[in-house]
Amino acid sequence: MATRDKIYYTEGLPVPETPDLGTQPAFWKKTDLVGKPIPRVDAYERVSGTAVYPSDILLPNMIYAAILRCPHPHARVKKIDIAEAGKMPGVRAVITGDSKEAKGVKWKYRDMEVPLFDSHCRFEGEVVAAVAADSWYQARDAAQAIKVDYEVLPFVVDYERSLDVSVPRVQEKGNLLSEDTYSRGDVEKGFAEADIVLEQTYHTQCELHTPLELHGCVANWDGDRLTVWESSQGVFAVQSRVAEALNLPLSKVRASGHYMGGGFGSKLWPGKYTVISAMLARKAARPVKMLLSREETYLCAGNRPAGTMRIKAGVRKDGTITAIDFDCIGPSGAYPAGGVQLVDWLARDLYLCANVRTRGRDVLINAGPARPFRAPGHPQGAWALEQMIDELAKAIDMDPVQLRLKNVPLKSQAREGTPPYTSTGLRQCLEKGAEKFDWQASLERIRKFNEQNNHLRRGIGMGACLWVAGGGGPPSTVVIKLFRDGSINLNMGASDIGTGTKTIMAQVAAEELGVQPAIIQIENADTATTQYATPSGGSKTVPTEAPTVRNAAIALKQELLAAAAEDMEVPEDELEYIGDEIIWSRDAAKRLRITEVSRLKKRGVMIGTGYRGPNPADKVVNPFAAHFCELEVNILSGEINIIRFLGVHDSGRVMNRMTFDNQVYGGIVMGIGFGLTESRQLDERQTGRLCNKNWHDYKLPTAMDVPLEITSLPIELDDPESNNTGAKGLGEPVTIPTAAAIANALCMATGVRFTRAPVSPMEVVRKLSERKEG
Amino acid sequence: MEKNDHDDKQGNGYSRRGFMQFIGVGAGVVGASLLSPPLRRPLKAEDVGTIFPASEMVKVRLAVNGTVHAVLVEPRWSLLYVLREIIGMTGTKIGCDRGECGACTVLIDDVPRYSCMTLAVEAENRTITTVEGLMKGEELGPVQTAFVETDAFQCGYCTSGQIMAVEGLLRKVESPSPEEIRLGCSGNLCRCGAYPNIFAAAGKAAQLKSK
Ligand code: FES
Ligand code: FES
Repeated sequence: MATRDKIYYTEGLPVPETPDLGTQPAFWKKTDLVGKPIPRVDAYERVSGTAVYPSDILLPNMIYAAILRCPHPHARVKKIDIAEAGKMPGVRAVITGDSKEAKGVKWKYRDMEVPLFDSHCRFEGEVVAAVAADSWYQARDAAQAIKVDYEVLPFVVDYERSLDVSVPRVQEKGNLLSEDTYSRGDVEKGFAEADIVLEQTYHTQCELHTPLELHGCVANWDGDRLTVWESSQGVFAVQSRVAEALNLPLSKVRASGHYMGGGFGSKLWPGKYTVISAMLARKAARPVKMLLSREETYLCAGNRPAGTMRIKAGVRKDGTITAIDFDCIGPSGAYPAGGVQLVDWLARDLYLCANVRTRGRDVLINAGPARPFRAPGHPQGAWALEQMIDELAKAIDMDPVQLRLKNVPLKSQAREGTPPYTSTGLRQCLEKGAEKFDWQASLERIRKFNEQNNHLRRGIGMGACLWVAGGGGPPSTVVIKLFRDGSINLNMGASDIGTGTKTIMAQVAAEELGVQPAIIQIENADTATTQYATPSGGSKTVPTEAPTVRNAAIALKQELLAAAAEDMEVPEDELEYIGDEIIWSRDAAKRLRITEVSRLKKRGVMIGTGYRGPNPADKVVNPFAAHFCELEVNILSGEINIIRFLGVHDSGRVMNRMTFDNQVYGGIVMGIGFGLTESRQLDERQTGRLCNKNWHDYKLPTAMDVPLEITSLPIELDDPESNNTGAKGLGEPVTIPTAAAIANALCMATGVRFTRAPVSPMEVVRKLSERKEG
Repeated sequence: MEKNDHDDKQGNGYSRRGFMQFIGVGAGVVGASLLSPPLRRPLKAEDVGTIFPASEMVKVRLAVNGTVHAVLVEPRWSLLYVLREIIGMTGTKIGCDRGECGACTVLIDDVPRYSCMTLAVEAENRTITTVEGLMKGEELGPVQTAFVETDAFQCGYCTSGQIMAVEGLLRKVESPSPEEIRLGCSGNLCRCGAYPNIFAAAGKAAQLKSK
């Protein structure tokens, strides 16, 4: 099971070993800076327009690239004619599968290696040719002028039909990519012991990441050295994938992305476009900027796969869950990409249950491959499980919060050897959340409201979760440099994807070194100037990097104490580091300012290097959460208006209350989209093409769709075992139970169970009229 | 010449530009922008000879944040493209290039507009304000300060557009109600979902401005 937690760490990436630190610093009992709502250290850059995002890079002589993509869900490229395109104004390079520079260049989808330019196009949006020209407009014109002769092949884009015998094969081996099963206890026995057994099938639709900054990069060659500025969650993943594809040593590829405009998993690694940009730049002997169009990002930049989940569960009248049987099917897309990855995890591990069986089938369809999307698998799994728990509660006439409280696990039942969690805040999330939300009183109030029986109905609902990862872990290396004048440079490989990583790291370093965060300048996300870090994602960045930063600060302090001991001619272990001074514990009058340490003065710099130590052996570090929602439904129009939302999170220590709350709000907003509006529409019957590849037709929550009352309540539990800062991840759990909480509120408001996400007003009206007729 | 008479009546009847204005700004300022004149005066039939072929460069003078830039552009180039890639002012962002997200919002004569849906040639002789133009030298302007203090962003990529939408709103309405703020920001997507803080920033900015 261990590999399940590793999706963000090692998948497809060579990972260096990180040495054990040996000793662990003491847990912070009290902090001066960590936890405080300090504005972001890079806020000025971001609001003034001076922050240079990868899409903002401008280089002398830079030209622009565009990609021609296959318009069919399944086709073979028979002939490409670039004659006309090559002669168009401004065009400087054209590359197709026939070009000599494309020969032998490969791309990897997990373990499957394919040609970068593959004449067999298995999804709409597959790369066919690429152009670089003087202006953006010229590049797009030229790409459109390339003539391609396609042999159009039969396709399948409906994943629920992909295993039918009559459907076309996406890959030669057939459309069943993998079948994963799990079981503990005896499910049949468990059902026999239950007072109530319920079964239901749930569906979730394919969700697209669509971060605001387009996927893209700028590539530039300097002799045989390549520099790529990429909008990325992990510059070291960019470096290794590009080096591998172009057969370059890692040292010759510099990947950088100091700022990035959102990724949500879709930018954990680069795309074919990154390699193509480098190839075009070499061919044209110019720097090349490649930004995918918004439409392209819908086709080929990943997604959260749709899923069909059948769940059967048994419960006794006292609230004991006796058995869970969970079966899911979902599509990777045209290549292996984790179509059902972790969808069953909550069914396996969220609640106490002795008898659990799950099966997941990952299938292929002719559509763009998935990529990890904020808490892969979990929001889908929660959609099914958390609605089922509510149904069970109703069936045994128990309050849904109480039923969950009865089944809070202290151990991870789904992992080998049932290891305990370092902390399980689920109980507190449920109890404190219900209290803050005024759960009991609200139930009464709403029952009265609904008795008025007009066209508006209200409901409250809740959902809970854990996140399978979120404990962070090695590897990570951070360097802190102290300059002669006492100013500090914090050098870290990880990206700040909008969660406030840089700010939190400045707080950690400042806390340990006793300085103000403002004197710490952060240097990050650049393979040439920072040390190896895994991509930022999976709620692991803070619990990975914060302990590493702390270790680096401690290493620097030790360096300083040793140097000061020489200057002061007293034993090192009698010296104390306080603020920016080193003081002799026997006589406080004997003290030395840090900037006076002679080793620092002579060398000009002193450094401390920190490594991420291992996670606790035989224990699991997971964050927990509960979401509460109140909404109003217009039963005539089907319109749903979310009135208030509460997100209660156990993510260990709160590192910065301001960025913490912001994450919670953002996760809830995204969960509202998943539950109510977002759905990739493939034309299953006729063309197999994506019908809504833009933000008009694929609707994200806007300012008009978010509840005016949205509250974050942290449950701050001391968790000294998790790591030396006590922080657990936050970015994923904030969006896991959101949609399920909405569905449960909808059920209370209407008396109808909505099993298909997203729930549109049309769906509400349809279901309600069905009920009337039935 | 009935047709020309009709065309001369500004803001009357349906026009493509009118439509673009509607989708081009937050709904809260829609009223204002629909009443504002179209960017370029409609061409009269006899002016037809001055239409340029798409590939031919024309010279436009763009007044951005008080500085006039004379640039050669293709008539089809968007103001967004010219600001970012030709003039080199990249504070204005690109999220979709098709009028859906608002990342490219700038003020044109004090009204928020999507610069990706505005041709550079349309913006000639107008006052263009970008996020860089809200700075007072090295210091942040009030809306920018409010965004910092309320943590009104995560990745920060929608942020300059949000700031310009709020700036445009506050230039029209001194102290907007919560509902007006929501409407004013509704033309700007934030995938990170920082909306609650953006609303707070708008409220705070109104206070800072009135000081
Ligand atoms: S870039 Fe102009 S609206 Fe999206
Ligand atoms: S802050 Fe990332 S899109 Fe708004």
